[in-house]
Amino acid sequence: MQAETLAGGFDTPAVQSAHAFRGLLEAMARPGTVRQIGGAAPPRPLSPAAGCALLTLCDTDTPVYLAGGADCDAVRAWLAFHTGAPLTGPSHCAFAIGRWEDLLPLSAYPTGTSEYPDRSATLIVDGTDFAKPGAVLRGPGISGQATMALPGIKAFQDNNALFPLGLDFIFAGGSRIAALPRSTKITAPATVTEVF
Amino acid sequence: MTDQAYNFAYLDEQTKRMIRRAILKGLAIPGYQVPFASREMPMPYGWGTGGVQVSAAVLTPDDTLKVIDQGADDTTNAVSIRTFFERTAGVKTTTRTTDASVIQTRHRIPEEPLTDNQILVYQVPIPEPLRFLEPRESETRKMHSLEEYGLMHVKLYEDISRHGHIATSYAYPVKIEGRYVMDPSPIPKFDNPKLGDMAAIQLFGAGREQRIYALPPYTQVVSLDFEDHPFEASKADHPCGLCDATDSYLDEVIIDDTGGRMFVCSDTDYCAARQAAGFKGKDAA
Ligand SMILES: [Zn+2]
Repeated sequence: MQAETLAGGFDTPAVQSAHAFRGLLEAMARPGTVRQIGGAAPPRPLSPAAGCALLTLCDTDTPVYLAGGADCDAVRAWLAFHTGAPLTGPSHCAFAIGRWEDLLPLSAYPTGTSEYPDRSATLIVDGTDFAKPGAVLRGPGISGQATMALPGIKAFQDNNALFPLGLDFIFAGGSRIAALPRSTKITAPATVTEVF
Repeated sequence: MTDQAYNFAYLDEQTKRMIRRAILKGLAIPGYQVPFASREMPMPYGWGTGGVQVSAAVLTPDDTLKVIDQGADDTTNAVSIRTFFERTAGVKTTTRTTDASVIQTRHRIPEEPLTDNQILVYQVPIPEPLRFLEPRESETRKMHSLEEYGLMHVKLYEDISRHGHIATSYAYPVKIEGRYVMDPSPIPKFDNPKLGDMAAIQLFGAGREQRIYALPPYTQVVSLDFEDHPFEASKADHPCGLCDATDSYLDEVIIDDTGGRMFVCSDTDYCAARQAAGFKGKDAA
């Protein structure tokens, strides 16, 4: 077994996962806000924040889909050792992790059933650049409106249209996270008209 | 220091992960009841084991916890839950609403407006607002999925025809963001207007019935009512006998063996803070 597999977990799991969950909770409760979470050092290409989210939320009860570059030996071994989460394809996963373009299409994931809309996937979108210009968000968790860097607009509007079904998103990049629940309404940022 | 004989916040890590996942789904679908596998807790069900499990999944050692039971910090139930988390999670505790980062409550929302640095955790006995209409879980689940809330309205309207007004004064049903009808737990309907647009995160835990639900901050919450009988957040029409507050929810208490009574704030911290600030009611010593 590689040293990298054994390393990079939480040193004090109960306390570190409590802090990490608090960050995730605040992020999901307040779409558009960005939080720091830490304590994990997962193998590349995962970001520390994405690794931290996996350690906090995943275990033998949560099938995980590794998308694109995240589906490599180092990540597979690390995830198995630290969480025991079984690997699966997108259609049966509880969590998926990867870069946005690798996670697509969103139609591949479970969005819940009308009686159990909670039986839906949570997608961890890694490699997020939080500095990008933001989409405009409205809905539960938001006073008035908020803005947030999103890799697209229509995909999230379509997801919101499924409510109460739908997918929920955690965005990770470096040691930072943000979240977007299915309940959020999204509009494109007002376009800046160039005047010459 | 935490007692090393326990897991952090009593629950094992796998159980906390399961509860944490349910909380995130609850936040993503406001007002929807997420099933979870409730654990045995070292206290009877009536003591809010659902709220205790949610608090256990949310607390960090940096938190300051307040626990209230019908507004009071000093009941046996509130004291024992506070002591439980002092010992198992090493958290600080307080009776002051403004100093708390997490507040676990049974049957009240504090009078002091909560902030965006706070989380309110409700102990819920019966999470299903449709239960009295339909005892079968499979049926109520279907009703929620189809937004079949007509019967609920009929029952409220029957109340009006019988009493001239809606007699339900606790656990008054609310509709969340125009979608799910939710039981706000047995808070007095006086507290219902505080549910909506609140800056704090609200989490609801029902232990025996194994349900978790949630309201993110600034969520739209509407108390069910009718055009000709609008919702009213009623309270006893008196000022508090101790602090003279006219804006707080009051309990009627018997003060001597000759049946003398007075009205006092149910929120003991709110009342004490007002008295400390010099406000004095007619029954104050
Ligand atoms: Zn008072």
